[in-house]
Amino acid sequence: MHEMSLCEGVLQVMEDHAVSQGFTQVKKVWLEIGALAGVDPEAMRFGFDAVMKGTLADGAELEIIDLPGLAWCMQCSKQVTVKARFDACPDCDSYQLQVTGGDEMRIKELEVD
Amino acid sequence: MCTVCGCGEGETRIEGHDDHAHDHHHDHGHAHHHHHHDHTHDYGQGPAHAHAPGMSQKRMVQIEQDILSKNNQYAAANRDHFRQQGILALNFVSSPGSGKTTLLASTIEALKDKHTISVIEGDQQTANDAERIRATGAKALQINTGKGCHLDGHMVGHALESLQPEEGSLLFIENVGNLVCPAAFDLGEAHKVAILSVTEGEDKPIKYPDMFYASDLLLLNKVDLLPHLNFDVEKCITYAQQVNPRIRVLQVSATTGEGMEDWYRWIDATRQMALIGHPVLSA
Repeated sequence: MHEMSLCEGVLQVMEDHAVSQGFTQVKKVWLEIGALAGVDPEAMRFGFDAVMKGTLADGAELEIIDLPGLAWCMQCSKQVTVKARFDACPDCDSYQLQVTGGDEMRIKELEVD
Repeated sequence: MCTVCGCGEGETRIEGHDDHAHDHHHDHGHAHHHHHHDHTHDYGQGPAHAHAPGMSQKRMVQIEQDILSKNNQYAAANRDHFRQQGILALNFVSSPGSGKTTLLASTIEALKDKHTISVIEGDQQTANDAERIRATGAKALQINTGKGCHLDGHMVGHALESLQPEEGSLLFIENVGNLVCPAAFDLGEAHKVAILSVTEGEDKPIKYPDMFYASDLLLLNKVDLLPHLNFDVEKCITYAQQVNPRIRVLQVSATTGEGMEDWYRWIDATRQMALIGHPVLSA
């Protein structure tokens, strides 16, 4: 949806950490992106290279870790995996689901110099 | 670039601010002390100090931080300001052309004797919407996001400095017409209010689920046109509740006034909730 903005967000967080932790170059970035976060990994990769040009992460490698969409089914009383917010329970077809995970957009770790 | 917004440097313009909104020296006076437990993993002390020529040890830094954490800090500061001032802030989100500005203008006309209302208008370009709002007598400030597709917490924080909404007032924030990006960017509002007009498709809630999931109220606007359209209201509401079981739906027409009383009652009730616990205004 707004992957360029998200890449700007990643850059800001890295710049903050570069000061506090004393590194000058980022070689690899691991992001955790949930299936329900509304983020297209391909657009993220495209935006990443463009946004990082001329910064401390110029040429850095981007690794995206996909996290599943998780929901609690009130009918089955168990956790199920969903692909979208309006998915029915894959087991019982109920819509009484509470989404419990999958909207993560997190910077997990960096390889730095 | 100072926040997570994707607009180009210097593209954002807030009325009354000569310089652009991306001023890195501004911190709104909010000192954020975040303890992120940064663990630096330095593997420089490899096995038996084995530094092979041409090989360097990898240095890993654990971050574990949300990509939108900067925006969320600004939003939290805005929310804190609203709470202290007893201001009810609502973030209006919709597609372009759903009738947001008309609905806001009608709402202000109906409530202006009872409440002090100010408006932050977000659009890519022009101050037309702020001018329409000012015609009702309410204070309005236009933010032009330039290339950006949404408002963010930082822009709203700056807008608050200029707009200075009164204690105990209502603040309407009209986001950029876009059902995608504004969903992810918290501005510090009490509620997101989605506006969907019946001239759009009834399946918008499942086409753009994130926005309807993030909203607490759905105003189904332009219902006076229903006799001329093939819009299935029941289906639309079912779709919205499928995405978000908490969402409340009101059917309104900003031009004829149909259903608007319910909307005003919602605002009154929500404002009362916002004031509970405020030292002066809660009485």
